[in-house]
Amino acid sequence: MLEVRLHGRGGQGLVKAAHIIVKAAVEKGKYATFIPFFGVERKGSPVYGFLRLDDKPIRLKTQVYNPDCLVVFDDTLLEEVEVFEGIKDNAVLLLNTNRMLSELALPAEVATVGLVNATDIALQQLGRNIPNTTLLGAFCRVTGWIDLDIVQKLVAAEFGPENAAACAAGYAATTLVQVR
Amino acid sequence: MARIEALTGNESAARGAALCRPDIIAAYPITPQSSVVENLARMRANGEIDAEMVEVESEHSAMSVVQGAALAGARTFTATSAQGLALMYEPYFRMSTLRLPMVMALAGREMTSPETIWGGQQDSISVREAGWIQFYVEDNQEILDIIIQGYKVAENEQVLLPVNVCYDGFYLSHLIERVEIPDQELVDQFLPPRRAEHVILDPQRPMAVDPMTPGHLLMKYRRDHLEAMQAALAVIDAVDAEFGRFFGRRYGGTIETYRLDDAEVALITIGSTTGAGKEAVDHCRAQGKKVGLIKVRVLRPFPEQRIRQALRNVRAFGVIDRSVSFGWNTGALYQEVLAALGRSGWALPSISFIGGLGGADITLDHMLAAAEQVLALAENPRYDSPTIWLD
Repeated sequence: MLEVRLHGRGGQGLVKAAHIIVKAAVEKGKYATFIPFFGVERKGSPVYGFLRLDDKPIRLKTQVYNPDCLVVFDDTLLEEVEVFEGIKDNAVLLLNTNRMLSELALPAEVATVGLVNATDIALQQLGRNIPNTTLLGAFCRVTGWIDLDIVQKLVAAEFGPENAAACAAGYAATTLVQVR
Repeated sequence: MARIEALTGNESAARGAALCRPDIIAAYPITPQSSVVENLARMRANGEIDAEMVEVESEHSAMSVVQGAALAGARTFTATSAQGLALMYEPYFRMSTLRLPMVMALAGREMTSPETIWGGQQDSISVREAGWIQFYVEDNQEILDIIIQGYKVAENEQVLLPVNVCYDGFYLSHLIERVEIPDQELVDQFLPPRRAEHVILDPQRPMAVDPMTPGHLLMKYRRDHLEAMQAALAVIDAVDAEFGRFFGRRYGGTIETYRLDDAEVALITIGSTTGAGKEAVDHCRAQGKKVGLIKVRVLRPFPEQRIRQALRNVRAFGVIDRSVSFGWNTGALYQEVLAALGRSGWALPSISFIGGLGGADITLDHMLAAAEQVLALAENPRYDSPTIWLD
């Protein structure tokens, strides 16, 4: 089983993105679950959620404490929230940022880093700062755990062609770095 | 062919209800149940269901509307949580004591105060003496399936009682996962339209319903109600078996047991935390520790005999509650299990565990620790173990 924790801010579309990942896995005949956790629902406040992927039914209906992968929708969260708490060794990090890898202080457990300026791509493609569909493309690229074509199809059906284009752009624009 | 979709718990409840072809739906949105109402309203607007949806200004009105409809012979549905259930209490009690069958989804939420909107089972646990049948489910498939089973149980002529399908707020209501949606045609065969044969309101045949009733008659009503509750135990098991023949999924009726046959100790769970319990059992078994699990699926009526039967070979047990019994300094389900044993003059060393209140998590680590505590208790039996808080 693969466990992912997603960190974002209210209004960035974290829950909708996670739903697309679950739907993409289910469409492939696999199993996935996602539980969102809100504080109080309002734009801009930190939100997070827990995603699990497996080839067999997932019985645990709990929060994720030791994620294999972190998806961070907003790099300002790095200084604000304990994003890296409990991550497994060899963890994967996907980060929406305009910073360089050398500007980031990452814990030793992180082995693979995907960096993408999803905010810029979303502003270009959608005219709005909603980075979720761009990050979906990046997630496909960084993890390889779900298929880009299925995700794009689902995004197009739910959010329209501009978002599907943002998804493809996110896939293409992600810088993948093996830090150890 | 059944369809596979990723659905949230609330979507599963709405889809399950829609498959049962209710005539009337009245519900008022409240966190964490709101998207049940939103989904049903969307299905109504899209023409996917032909139920009449009545907009109401409160949960009290929601239950009152479906109560009138049920008296007129309709199949009805509603859903609520916590404070909404509290506001609904007056017609809620009358629904069961009028012996009117229906299904109500209950997305469990902690009761205030302190102020909270998050999960817990204190809402449904607190109305366990209001005469309704109460199911507690583990995942989204079970939400959908038990809403369908629920109508079949509720409308059984030996039962004629309303049913709550209780699922944990957020941990299931907002969890999305793979759900198999059965064919409408097959559901129609399994669950034909409601045939109300007793009191049916009809403007052509005016009648008075529920007149002032003296004690000696009221006692007869109560006795019949309790007997119907007891009859429901067998009906629930039979409906589950029939559901299995139709749809290929069975849940075990009033309880489910997991790796219990040769277990020395048992964990007893209720609701979505059962999954973590089963994982903990597997961990223990991998280390040679003989731990099993009992999932209580139906709290009302309480499956007294099946619980006793399930516990007959264990040396100790622990009950994981997501609610409290204010009068006992323990979890609520714990007292139910003790009562089931005590009625047969039997006692076992046991521990009450309380966790998961107000949205708190009951983790795999909690379950593993609980299993260790119960294993230790079996080695050094005592009957006065203090309640353990999973915090």
